[in-house]
Order: sequence, then structure tokens, then C-alpha cells
Amino acid sequence: MRFRLERSPAPYWLRPLIPVVALVITFLLTASLMIWAEANPLEGYYYFLVAPLSNQVSAIEVLVKSTPLLLTGASVAFAFAAGYWNIGAEGQLYAGAIAATWLGLTLDGVTPLVAIPLMLIGGFIAGMLWALPPAWLKIRLNVDEIVTTLLLNSVILFLVSFLLNGPWRDPISGWPQSPEIAASTVFPKLLPRTRLHLGFLVAMIVIGLMWYVLSRTRLGLTMRAAGLGPQAARYAGINVKRTLLTAALISGGIAGLAGVSEVAGLHFHLIEAISPGYGYTGIVIATLGALNPIGVAIAAVFIGLIETGSQTVSRALGVPAYLGDVVQATLLLVTLGALVLQNFRLRRRTTASAASLAAKEA
Amino acid sequence: MEAFIISLLAATLRVATPLIFGTLGELFAERAGVLNLGIEGTMFFGAFVGFWAASATDSLWLGMLAAISAGVASGLLMALLSVTLGVNQHVSGLGITLLLTGLSLFSFRLIFGEPRVPPSIAPFSQLNPFPGVPVLEPLFKQYALTYIALALVPLVWWLLYRTDFGLRLRAVGENPEAVDAAGISVFRLRYLALTVGGGLMGAAGAFLSLGQLGAFTYGIIAGRGWVCIALIIFAHWHPVRVLWGALLFGGVFALQLRLQTTGANLPYETFLALPYVVTIIALAIAGRGAAAPAALLHPYKRE
Amino acid sequence: MNIIDMRSITKRFGPVLANDAVNFELAQGEIHALLGENGAGKTTLMRILYGLYTADAGEIRLAGERTRIHSPGDAIQAGVGMVSQHFTLVPPLSVAENVVLGQAEGFRLKPQAIERKVGEAAQRFGIEVDPAALIRHLSVGEQQRVEILKALYRNARILILDEPTAVLVPQEVDILFATLGRLVNDGLSVVFISHKLHEVMTVCDRITVLRNGKLVGTVAKADTSRLDLARMMVGRETFGVKRGQPREPGQPRLTIEGLNALNDKGLPALRSINLTVHAGEILGIAGVSGNGQTELADVLAGVLTPSAGRITLGQQDLTGADASTITAAGVGRIPEDRHKGVIAELTVAENLALENLDDFVRAGRLDRERIRINAEQLIAEYAIKASPTDRTRTLSGGNMQKVILARALARKPAVVIASQPTRGLDVGATEYVRGRLLEERDRGAAVLLLSEDLDEVLALSDRIAVIYEGQIVGVMPAERATADELGLLMSGAKEADHDEIPA
Repeated sequence: MRFRLERSPAPYWLRPLIPVVALVITFLLTASLMIWAEANPLEGYYYFLVAPLSNQVSAIEVLVKSTPLLLTGASVAFAFAAGYWNIGAEGQLYAGAIAATWLGLTLDGVTPLVAIPLMLIGGFIAGMLWALPPAWLKIRLNVDEIVTTLLLNSVILFLVSFLLNGPWRDPISGWPQSPEIAASTVFPKLLPRTRLHLGFLVAMIVIGLMWYVLSRTRLGLTMRAAGLGPQAARYAGINVKRTLLTAALISGGIAGLAGVSEVAGLHFHLIEAISPGYGYTGIVIATLGALNPIGVAIAAVFIGLIETGSQTVSRALGVPAYLGDVVQATLLLVTLGALVLQNFRLRRRTTASAASLAAKEA
Repeated sequence: MEAFIISLLAATLRVATPLIFGTLGELFAERAGVLNLGIEGTMFFGAFVGFWAASATDSLWLGMLAAISAGVASGLLMALLSVTLGVNQHVSGLGITLLLTGLSLFSFRLIFGEPRVPPSIAPFSQLNPFPGVPVLEPLFKQYALTYIALALVPLVWWLLYRTDFGLRLRAVGENPEAVDAAGISVFRLRYLALTVGGGLMGAAGAFLSLGQLGAFTYGIIAGRGWVCIALIIFAHWHPVRVLWGALLFGGVFALQLRLQTTGANLPYETFLALPYVVTIIALAIAGRGAAAPAALLHPYKRE
Repeated sequence: MNIIDMRSITKRFGPVLANDAVNFELAQGEIHALLGENGAGKTTLMRILYGLYTADAGEIRLAGERTRIHSPGDAIQAGVGMVSQHFTLVPPLSVAENVVLGQAEGFRLKPQAIERKVGEAAQRFGIEVDPAALIRHLSVGEQQRVEILKALYRNARILILDEPTAVLVPQEVDILFATLGRLVNDGLSVVFISHKLHEVMTVCDRITVLRNGKLVGTVAKADTSRLDLARMMVGRETFGVKRGQPREPGQPRLTIEGLNALNDKGLPALRSINLTVHAGEILGIAGVSGNGQTELADVLAGVLTPSAGRITLGQQDLTGADASTITAAGVGRIPEDRHKGVIAELTVAENLALENLDDFVRAGRLDRERIRINAEQLIAEYAIKASPTDRTRTLSGGNMQKVILARALARKPAVVIASQPTRGLDVGATEYVRGRLLEERDRGAAVLLLSEDLDEVLALSDRIAVIYEGQIVGVMPAERATADELGLLMSGAKEADHDEIPA
């Protein structure tokens, strides 16, 4: 008796279980790392997932951590939906951060009612501008956007380094960090005495807008058409190149907002480490969320939980905080595998003799 | 002036070495039809494992061996995801990069802790076949691995165009149905390509930690994996052109290091960014809708 | 004794039963036809024999011995070779490299050595081909010869040919039949998959007919006739859609002058095409696939920019216009590849609205109500078996084609460009599409039909033009066209007089 994987959709009741199954497998795999770090895995997962939500302060901190992730996740999901592989969200985030810093240093004394919207607009435009060269090269010369966006991520880090070691070096401390931005450009807090700031609200609005655009507008339909069937979309008269460009630019802008959010809401100055890879995590989030705005939001908060949790585990049990990165990546890969396997079923292969016997009797 | 050029050429070869290893590794994968974005993470992982094994066993070559094995393991994982399961190759590759990067940093912290002085080992020494000879000595004073890298280029060419294996590899990247219909296992070919490629990528990383630095740092790879991805397109997927592309990038990189010290008026970051920008421009010129293997990015399924 | 014996073969793809307990036997040294309409299960059955599919039930016997064939490797070992409809060749490699793929001895490979070997084999089997040529430079007929050589090089005793004449002109078909006859005399046994009755009656010894996945029967050629076979194939008397009385051509509506275009390899595909399509007529373009039909259709559809020439619709100049301009000008287009016409992952309603979004959008917002109503109307009118919210990929080929038809014809276009409109469709869907095209013609539209199915062109067209290597080599009224005459033109053997009717 032999088994075979056969292509037929899994029963409907199985589907919602897939994220759960993926999670369980992920935690089983990463448990080995916890054991290596001489920590009890169950204790570890408690600190990872439960402890951060167990008190209000820490739960709000999860939301703070999720803020840039919501934005980069939305940015990447938006581009991917149109079939534009924007791997440059990291660089576009930095572009937005640079713009926010410049505005933050320049708009001293301007009322927040004007300054803050300007910060948002400036960051959005900066992200768009950084997303423009790879997008232009793609639609004009068919240069692969994955490579160009990746390379530009590296380039902007050099720009940041230059700024922070040069014209924007903080004169007071002498460290490679920018001076503090003006008080009037700082994002107001959403909840007093917490770190939850306007950026979170902006992120939620962006997610909402993303849902609206993708499902209710012409742009959304043409984007989805271009992403799911570029040839057929072109045949139907859709200007696929222009659609890709639009998607790429908006995606860059959203990532730029993430940069603004971190500068104006959390750090209040520019540092090289303002993003520990949020742009790449955005790709993880977009995939886990199946490019769907609600999914992206849930995935972003969940990853935010993991990021917070990794700090908690580190403090409590001495497990290096990098475990969080490993968990995220493992979750991504396991989910990818599970999504594929959901289209297969295990079937028993009937032997030849049994079949011919059945045929004879028929 | 002469000394400047000689030292520039010598440095170019040195800088190009990990790029040659890495790009040839990616070449195997892409000629077989798989885009392996796990290269950055694999190089990182190779650098770490190589360093760890070398410091644990006091043998640099054992470290290199370990790094290659680590790369092979990474290639196997990519094959499992993209060939057997047929998962989206962009995302699985990036996932592997994230996984291996995190894993390396986690392990490094766990094993070596966070000492004030980062751990280091004595790196590879360079071969010096022409001691004392002007011009020749500085030019030929290279690491053994650099010589190996240069020898690899014609070897890979020969493998690809003058052997049965190479024929199958080229065929499977263009039309896997043809290969399947000829009775050859598409899966096995791609697995082989990815594992061999992964091994090369691991070696690339280890060259940096064992050969140049003698240490493992957060920024040891710093995007070189992505440069390899770009170089493949630039080289039109051809092994010999990979060498020219690696030398070009290496040359620009080595040049900017030298220009920094001459105190030219531009900030030194401009020079750091220069090779990347040059690569982008080169892509725009040369990479225009280039002749990619036709089956690149398409997983193969037989009912 | 039978060299191949397939018993009770069953194969399912999801809900579709492609083969239902089918029996098939092949005698040594015969040419055995496997006949049936599109979708009858012929290709599936043979792909099981070649190991590309695995049967869910049933067994295969080779010269009496039960054999397991789970991969093409197994099949090749067993002496089975297959030439598929879609060639399994690697275009950038040479003929020799393609032939020896997987068959080379040893690790090393010298181009001269393999070219010599392949050249010798080609001579031995009587197959004309240049071992050093690159596949992508060869004509379709030559590529097919390479495929046959591949199978023979691997010592095939059984050769499966899947619709081999679909891509050949009548004269090349004769060459193929002669080659087969020679090979069979030398001991080869051949399975000839086809849906063309006249060919099957010409070259085959026995015929097995499949219908809807089931075996209908196996007969010897001597004991049957075309009419019998047709009845077995479709279960009733075949009839075609009738063209009806010839009509007076109306005003010229679509004029194409001196049209030139390059294909995706940058080579000239259209060379100074001149055509006129009148209102109320069907102008059929006959030709073997690969002679420029695709490029012509693409230019007229607005997805390929011509390099020279003019296209006029009435008073409007549509030269080089893009798809949305052309649609807006009143052209209904049916693409040759369904998957270029609909986006599988979008819903039926979305696909139906996609070509004319301006009508369904207000200030950037989609008017979902209108989209839904539009879909419901078209679904009713065209009898599409689907609901507006179904994902289009769940539809059958025939229903997908109806969606495309609905989108193209809903606005009563002045011109209809139909490219291979019945390719891959079952009998019912084929009749529907052909009937619809005739209705459009009766309504007064100018219909341009590009089809590789000569029978279809002959049945539907009022006038017929032949395209060969990017040029129109003859235009004539349908009454004066015969298959032989068209075959000669299609193979470039002669150029007809253009002055029979002003183009």
C-alpha cells in the first residue's frame, strides 16, 4: 500500500487551523534553541507570548512596537498585490526618517497643527522619491526591481551615516545621532504616560485606506488585475506600467511614513539603528497576512508581540533576544509550507489487481 | 602611480573573491531555474559557522569545511521549500536569509557572549609565490582561496558547457518539461544545483570571516549577497562574465577605499555607495530584459 | 500479439473523470489511431502510458508482462517514446544537445562528437535535420522531426504521436505519413492521437474511439467509414453550423494597409499585410500556426505596436492604438489564449467589467451594483454556468470562453476579431461559439476569423484569405476555396491571384 500526495483542496474545516498548526510547529522547532540556551521552553514561551500581554503597560508597548510594522507590512502588501516586488521598504523607511528629521529640525516654532501634517506629507514624499528610481527602471527598461530596491537599501544607509557623522552630528553629545527635533513636531501621545503615539493612529488609518482602495476603487481593481494576470490586464486595456508605478510609489510613501513615525513618535532624533530591519519584517508580515489588510494588521501586531516578547525572554531567562528574529523567520517558512500543503491530500493508491477485479465485476 | 595601480589590482582580486564564490553559487541555482534570495543569509551563516568551527578546532580549513557544509544545509532548505513544495521563491529566499541571519546572531551571542574585546582568530595567511620581486610580489600575494576562486571560473564553465551534468542543468532551467520527458529527475537536478550553490555561498562568507577579518561581526556581509544577485543579471547568467562583473565591482570598491585616504573632498560614504550605484547603472545598461533562464521562478509540478 | 495492453485505466483530476476504465491495445507493427473530440481523454491515456501521469486504477502490460510505468524514465526503458503537442525541446540548445539529453555516455560532452552521433542516427532513421542547428531557429515541422528523432534515438519500439498534424501544412503531413510508413515497416508500432477523421482513415490500420473519458469501441479501418467514426465520436450525426446563403458584402469597415510588425524575437512577422473586412461578412484567415496570425491578432487587439502600415475603422485611424482605444472604437476581441483574456483569480463579474471600467466607475470608486447587474445580464444572455462572484478559474474552458465572448460582444461591436475561438473547447461549446460568430455577421458586424482549423474556416467564412510567412498570399470567396488549393497556399507553394475580389 503506497501513499501519494494528490492535488485537491483540503476540506474547509482545515483552513482556519493552518495558522495554528504553523504556530505550533514553529514553537516546536524553536524550542530546541531555548533548550540550547538552557531555558525551559514552556517558560520561555510564557515570557514570549503571554507575559507581554499580562499587564497594561507592556500590552501597550506591544502596540508601540507594532506601529512601524503595520506600516511596512501595509507598504509591502500594497506593492505585492500589484505584482511589484518592493523589497526596498527598509530604504524607503529611512528616506522618510531623513525627511522627518530635516523637517523636525527646520520647523522649530511652527504650530503642531501645521508641523505634524507637514512631517507626514514630507515623509510620504521622501519614501515615494526613494521608490521612484527602481520603479522607473522597471517600467522603462525592465530591470528587475528586487535587485535595485535591495541595492538602494544599502545606499541610503550610507547617506544616513554621512548625515549623522557630518552635518547632523549632535553637537552636544558628539555621538552619531541627530539633534532632537523641535518640540512642535513631536507626535502627540495617544494615551498619557505611555509611549503609544500618533503613529499608531496613522497606521490604523493607512490600513483602513488600503482596504478601501484595494476592494472599492478602480485603482485597487487594476492593481489586483495587474498582479494576478498582467498579460490579461494589458489585453483588457489596463495600463499595467502606470499601475505598477502608482503601486510602487504609494508603497514607498507608506514605508516613508513608518520612518516618520519612528522619528517623530518614538526616538525624536535620527540614529543609524532607527530600523532594525522593519522593512524586511514587513515582507514577512505581508506574506503571513496573505496580502490582505486585515491579515496584515493581525500579523503585524503578532510580530510586535514577538518582538516585545523576545526582550522579555532575554531579560528573564538570559536567552539572546535574537530568538525573536529566528521565531519570525521560522513562522514565515512554516506558514509558507503549510499554505502549499493545504492544497494537497494524502491518498492511498489502489493496487492494480484490486482495480481490475472491481472493473470485472462492474 | 604605478604602485597605486598594482595595489589597486591586488585589492580588486581580494575584494572580488567572495563575490566570485557567491555569484557562482547563485549561478548554479538560477541556471537550474531557482532564484535563491537566501544567498545573503547563507553567506552570513557561512561566515559565522566557519568562524565558530575554526576557533573551536584551531583549524582554519576545518572551519572552511564547516562553512561549506552550512551552506549546503541552507541550499537543502531552499530546495525543500522551492522545489519540493513549490513555494514562492522570493519570499522563501528572504525567509531563509532572515532565519540564518537571526540564527547566526543568536548562536554567536550564546557561544561567545558580549565581551569587551570581540573574539578573533588568526586568519588565513596569504600565499607569496614571488617574494621580493617588484610588481609581481604585491600582485600575486593573495589568499589561497582567491586562487581557488579564479580557478573555479573556468571549472564552472567547463562543467556547464562540456559535461552531461551541465547540459541537464541548462536544460532544466529553460524547459523542465523537456528534462522530465527525457526521463531525468527535475527535482534531483535542482536539489543538486541548490546544494552545490549553497556550499559555494557558505565558502564566500567564510572567506570574509576567516580570510580577511579573522572575526565575525554584524556587518561582515553588508549586502554582498544582494550584489551577487545583481552580478548574475549583469553577467547574463554566464560564468566567465561573472568574473568580469566581480572584478568590476571589486575594483570600484577597492578604488573608493583608496580615494578615501587621499582626502578627496567628498565624504567617504559617497565612495562606499559608489559600487552599489555603479552596479545599478550597469544593470540598467546591460540587464535590460536579459536572457534569463526561461523557467526561472516557476516551480515544476507533474500530476 | 499485442505489444501494449492497457486495461481498465481510470484517471481522475479533481471532480473530472478523464479516463473511465478504458481498454486500449496496440498490436506490433500497426498504426493505431486514438480518436475523439477535444477533452475525450486521448492525451490523458497516452500520458499515463508515458509515465507523465499515474493512473488511479488499471494496469499496463508490455508484450504480455505487467509493467509499472511511473515516470518517463520508466517509459523510455520500456521502449515507449512520445511526441507531445507542445514540444519538449529546449530552444537555446542545439538539435544534438536536445537529442542526447539524458542519453549521453559518460560525464564529458564534446559538441562535435554528439553532433556526429546524432547525424548518423538521423541518417539511419531517414530523418532530415541539422544536428548543429539551434532549436529556436527551426521551423515547427523541423522541430517535430527532432522530437521523433529523440524518441527513436532512445530505441523506442512504440511511438506515441499526439495530434502531430495540428502544426503541419498538408504537404508536410504527407512527408510525416511517409516517414511513419517506413518506420513501421522496420518494426515500429505507432499510436496516432487525432481528432481529424480524414487523416485517421488515410494512415491508420485500426481506430479506437473515446468519448467523454469512456471507450466507445475499436474498429479496423476496413470495417468502418468516416460517418461511422463521426457517430462514435459525438454520439450523433455530425453536423456543422451552416453558414447560410451567401450575402452581398456591405461597406468596407476595417481596412488594413501595408501592415508590418515584428514578433517578440525582433524578427519580421507581418510583411505588408493588406486586408479589408466588410460589414456583414466573415473574413477567415487560414494558415498554419506561426505564420503571423498571432502577431496580426495582437496588433488588431492593441497589444502589439506595428512597425509600419495603417489600420482604419470607418473614419478612425487606429494604427498603433492601445487596447482601450481600440475597444472604445467598437472592436470586440477574442484572444487566442483564454488566459490572456480573463484573469483566473478575479471573479466573473470583475472580468466582465474589466474592459470598460469607465462605465462602472464614479470618481475613482467602483460601482459594485452596476458591475453585478452587468454580470447577471451577461450570464443570462450567454448561458454561462457560473455566478457573478465565482472565481473565474473554477469555470470550464467553454464557460471561460463564453465570458470572453460576452465581454467582447456585449456592446454590439462594429468589428469582431476572433482568434482561434474554439481551440480546446468541447463540441457543445464549439458550436455555441461558431453560432455566435455567425449571429454577429448577420447583425452586420465585420468579423475577422483567424483559425488554424481549416474546416472551421471553410465552414464559417464568406471570404477566405491565406497567410504565409507574414503575407497574405491569396484572397478568394469561400465558394471557390478547396482544402487542396488552400493547402498549397498555406505551404507557400504558390501565390494566388489577388484580383478575384478586390481586397
